Amino acid sequence: MEGKPKITVDGLMKAFYKKQGSVIALEDISLTVAEGEFVCLVGPSGCGKTTLLRILAGLEQPSVGSFTIASETNNRPLQSMVFQERGVIPWLTVRENVAFGLKMRNLPKAFINERTDFYLKKTGLERFASLYPKELSGGMKQRVSIARAFANDPEILLMDEPFGALDEQNRFILQEELLSIWAETKKTVLFITHSIDEALLLSDRILLMGAQPGKIIEEIIIDVPRPRKMEDVRKDPEMATKFIEIWRHLQEEVQKSRE
Amino acid sequence: METQELARNKSFEVEQREWKLRQRKERGKQLLTIVSPLFLLVLWEVMSRTGILDIRFFPPPSTIVQTFYDMVVSGVMAKHVGVSLYRIFIGFLAGVIPGIIVGLLMGLYSPIRHFVQPIVMALMPIPTLALLPIIIILFGIGDLSKVVTIAGSVFFPVVINTAAGVLNIDKIYLDVASNYQTSRWNFFFKIALPGALPVMLEGIQMGQAIALLTIVAAEMMGATSGIGYLIWTSYKAFLLPEMYVGLILISFFGYLFSLILRALQNKLLPWR
Repeated sequence: MEGKPKITVDGLMKAFYKKQGSVIALEDISLTVAEGEFVCLVGPSGCGKTTLLRILAGLEQPSVGSFTIASETNNRPLQSMVFQERGVIPWLTVRENVAFGLKMRNLPKAFINERTDFYLKKTGLERFASLYPKELSGGMKQRVSIARAFANDPEILLMDEPFGALDEQNRFILQEELLSIWAETKKTVLFITHSIDEALLLSDRILLMGAQPGKIIEEIIIDVPRPRKMEDVRKDPEMATKFIEIWRHLQEEVQKSRE
Repeated sequence: METQELARNKSFEVEQREWKLRQRKERGKQLLTIVSPLFLLVLWEVMSRTGILDIRFFPPPSTIVQTFYDMVVSGVMAKHVGVSLYRIFIGFLAGVIPGIIVGLLMGLYSPIRHFVQPIVMALMPIPTLALLPIIIILFGIGDLSKVVTIAGSVFFPVVINTAAGVLNIDKIYLDVASNYQTSRWNFFFKIALPGALPVMLEGIQMGQAIALLTIVAAEMMGATSGIGYLIWTSYKAFLLPEMYVGLILISFFGYLFSLILRALQNKLLPWR
């Protein structure tokens, strides 16, 4: 792994307290993500990947341990999250949604407009700028969510299964669009998914997580040259081997969690 | 080739005919909606004129319309309606505004909610009208006692719906707000208020209906003017056409206010 570390997570533990006692959601998570790296967290549901992301997003506090997000300038937010489809705010227009982060930071109006226009155009949302989200398809809504996060220009981007609710064709299209925006901005991305195909297409590195308690069990480097297309990944026999490798790991984890 | 063309034309014609049929059915339904109240009125007219209904209790609608006209001309109408509308309007606002404020506070701050909720729940089932004697002692027989009565009745549905509206905002929007470092001020105006608005407006709509129910009863006791007073005194003097005029006025204003609030709802919630 080359490049300066952008995200450093050190000995992170998270427990949730319930009536029956406590549940350890994450156990001793340590990881680093380099500047400009695209890392996918893959794991069975309930492995704590969302919890980890929420901690990094400042939405949850870790029980033990710490993390840092390296920042060079202090006028940039540390992180922005691309939420699932439901995260687009229904009472704001597409334009207001994309500008949301910038407006909340009280940046100058001209700057907000310029940045919003840029990302509306980039995501093909210009024509829909004045519509409300209810008038958009699932794919379009997810473009809004992506544009909102990129427009905010954070140090790192966190993505919580952003394409989980989309149909397969739309998912392929949005994955490639995401890659092209990412290639231009060179953001550091931590991306959650349960789709192995998605992880293989997007990642520089895949972190496999195991469940109960959630921990990182395997690291897989994906070195298919970029820019990538779905076809490249599908055709590559090495990727097929990796797919099976990941699948075996996940299968084991799912079996274990059933026992 | 030609036969194919013909078949296509044919199927197009069939579709068009079906479409026209559907349109006609739609219009038919609209017509039914308009006809139904008219039908009721005509039925009433015929039945009271033929003596099936006792004309002393059910004067024919034509008589009521005549009475209405006379009352408008003599200026009695304007006085009663004006007074009642004024009381409804002020009382409505005096109930809705605190209802929204308390409801928002309850929705946003759980200690406030836990403190205020039992009080609201305990007071809500008490009809404000049952307190009318005390209200009259405290606020007199003028406008103020009516305003207080209406405000007291309108407050509850608004407070409960506003609090529920805030609590029902999807958690993910709170996460979005927090992730994008929304200030308290912005959170209130960009997330909490617009998010709660749909349910809140339902509460206000309910409050509007309650305000009309309340004004009639409040003006029946300890009042010297207003639609309720008109209904009550006409009834006591057995001037039933006048009483019906009062009842129809209430029905009319109820319908009108609903329409106004519906329009406001569409205006305020373009995103729904």
